[in-house]
Amino acid sequence: MTHDTSFPKHRSFDKHRSLPDEVRLENAMAGFVAEFGPAAQTWMNACVRCGLCAEACHFHLATGDAKYIPIHKIKPFEDAYSLTHGPFSWLNGLLGRKPKLTIEELGEWEELIYDSCNMCGRCTLACPMGIDIAELVKEARRGMYAAGLLPDRLARIVGNAEKQHSPFGTPEDFRRTIRKIEKEYGVSLPLDREKADVLMTLTPEELENRHLGVAGMARVLHHLGLDWTLCSDAFEATNFGYLSGNMELQGELTVRLIDKARQIGARMLIVPECGHAWGATRWEAAKWYGEPVNDIEVRHIVEVLADAVEEGRLKCRPVGESVTFHDPCQQIRRGGLEEKPRILMRALGMELREMDPHGTEGFCCGGGGGVLANDRAAPLRLKAFEIKKRAVEATGADRFVTSCNICEMTLERDITATGFEKPIESLIDLIGTHMITDQPPLKAPGRRTARKPAERKPAGRKASARKKG
Amino acid sequence: MSLIEILEGPLWKASATIFVVFAAFRLMMILFTGRRHARARPAGSPAAGALRAILGHFLPWRALLKNGKAWFVILAGYAFHVGLFVLLLFAAPHVEFIREKIVGLPWEPIPRWGFIVAAQFSFAGLIALWVRRFVDPVVRLISRPDDHIAAGLTFAVMLSGCMALGEQSTFLRGLHLGLVELWLVYFPFSSLMHTFTWPFSRGFTGAMAGRRGTRA
Repeated sequence: MTHDTSFPKHRSFDKHRSLPDEVRLENAMAGFVAEFGPAAQTWMNACVRCGLCAEACHFHLATGDAKYIPIHKIKPFEDAYSLTHGPFSWLNGLLGRKPKLTIEELGEWEELIYDSCNMCGRCTLACPMGIDIAELVKEARRGMYAAGLLPDRLARIVGNAEKQHSPFGTPEDFRRTIRKIEKEYGVSLPLDREKADVLMTLTPEELENRHLGVAGMARVLHHLGLDWTLCSDAFEATNFGYLSGNMELQGELTVRLIDKARQIGARMLIVPECGHAWGATRWEAAKWYGEPVNDIEVRHIVEVLADAVEEGRLKCRPVGESVTFHDPCQQIRRGGLEEKPRILMRALGMELREMDPHGTEGFCCGGGGGVLANDRAAPLRLKAFEIKKRAVEATGADRFVTSCNICEMTLERDITATGFEKPIESLIDLIGTHMITDQPPLKAPGRRTARKPAERKPAGRKASARKKG
Repeated sequence: MSLIEILEGPLWKASATIFVVFAAFRLMMILFTGRRHARARPAGSPAAGALRAILGHFLPWRALLKNGKAWFVILAGYAFHVGLFVLLLFAAPHVEFIREKIVGLPWEPIPRWGFIVAAQFSFAGLIALWVRRFVDPVVRLISRPDDHIAAGLTFAVMLSGCMALGEQSTFLRGLHLGLVELWLVYFPFSSLMHTFTWPFSRGFTGAMAGRRGTRA
């Protein structure tokens, strides 16, 4: 099975914005339609402009601003599409008509495409025509990337992913960090084994700030008796190619993981607590190989743990408190894992108080789709957080948990900024600390440990202000 | 040849041909061009997901059940579309026209009171949705000239059809037929194509969700 990370050729990404504007515009339009197939073409030809997608978008609902209507976010591309692929495209071709758009006008859309869309797909469910606007925004990002229009911070992260292997750092940085976590917590983290059944991957956030989470996860994997390894040349689960619109990078990052899993003879690749990594690896890897990846089972850590609970291989001490769960969009609404975290919460003996709305209908944290990485979007994101805050408060639950790093980081920052009194916790950390096991305990408590019930202060305490990178 | 004979003869044939040929051509272009990607190993049934989305989107999304704007769009949308299809397929002159010009098989037309009720629903729905395009800032921002032309042409066709219902005036019959022919010619090149694209749009999204073991 071979992989192909190329995509239809247009002139290269204007990293230094040195290409003439006309070429950048052409690249943008070519990038937008590069991956179009029947589904995208149907979506582009089905909208009746009813505006119901606006009623689903947290950015529109939080601000009341009409410009945040989901379908409006792709307007410049839609105009160009109708010129080149619409019913009169043949005539436009004969007359040599081109989009009237300027690069400056397209640049104005950068905020709508990158800052105010999480590609959460809530609008897709609200659309009477079933148009997957989130997918169309993803295509629009490909166009924007091809024109060199990318928020600065996101561009820097993409650059790091390209140059250093990962936004976290180089393979050497990774090896050093893994050894440090082993020392810190007295846990074994198998690294660069030549053969293993399972390839485990991690996120930059875990490597930078959540060492206890990594140690806890390792302890769970050891408890489950998995034959696993981390690999310093294929450790990065996040995919900033997917988020930025850099398709070549998206393909390279995905292929790197799958190829590595094959190289070490793994039968399973585990995606950590990350939403878009799940989408990019589980649901889009086939694109790069031209056929489904059937020999490697791509599984999310939540899935692995929930199945272990159901099979009786994983038991937990009861937490015994009420909990509300933030549903990560890419895992739940667009990922098919809705029931899995709920199995884990039941295993923890927690009384689940669902938010209204929740599950596939739940609101996004506001940071997904690369919005968290785009620091200029923070004020808008905070406005959207008000919706989530009200939903959490209405449940009256003792604890507030989620199963995605990005959601957790987003909510943590928003909680800190707004002084909201309920901290966000990691469901996987809770499993790690409440698992009943013969495995040796971890050496030191970390700053992000989900405390045992007896150690917890009553609900209502202030969320600790944590410095995040 | 009189004007009404031209409208009922060659112009009808020409506009109906343009409608069929270009609508089919456009649909083929939409469905059979572009890249086809390999799909991931399914976690659920894409076919069941597609069917669920095609049928499920006839109902308002559960999360919008308490949303007044959503109910407005849904009720007005249903009033317009159901009324329009009743008029199109069961108004007595249409039944006769379809028998003569298209399929040759008659079916039972609705009585006059049924026509009036359907027309009222349809007009109310269309006018409500069209006015909303001007007054709601969200819909005003996203409405294209095409949306207004499509609504205006449809309105004109319906209005002239009501005026011609008595069939006493050849002029009114000719006006209605002429507008219908204009509408047929405009149809394949406009947003009116949603008449054919909606099941595919819902279906593709539903199949993707079904494959992932979720719902759309």
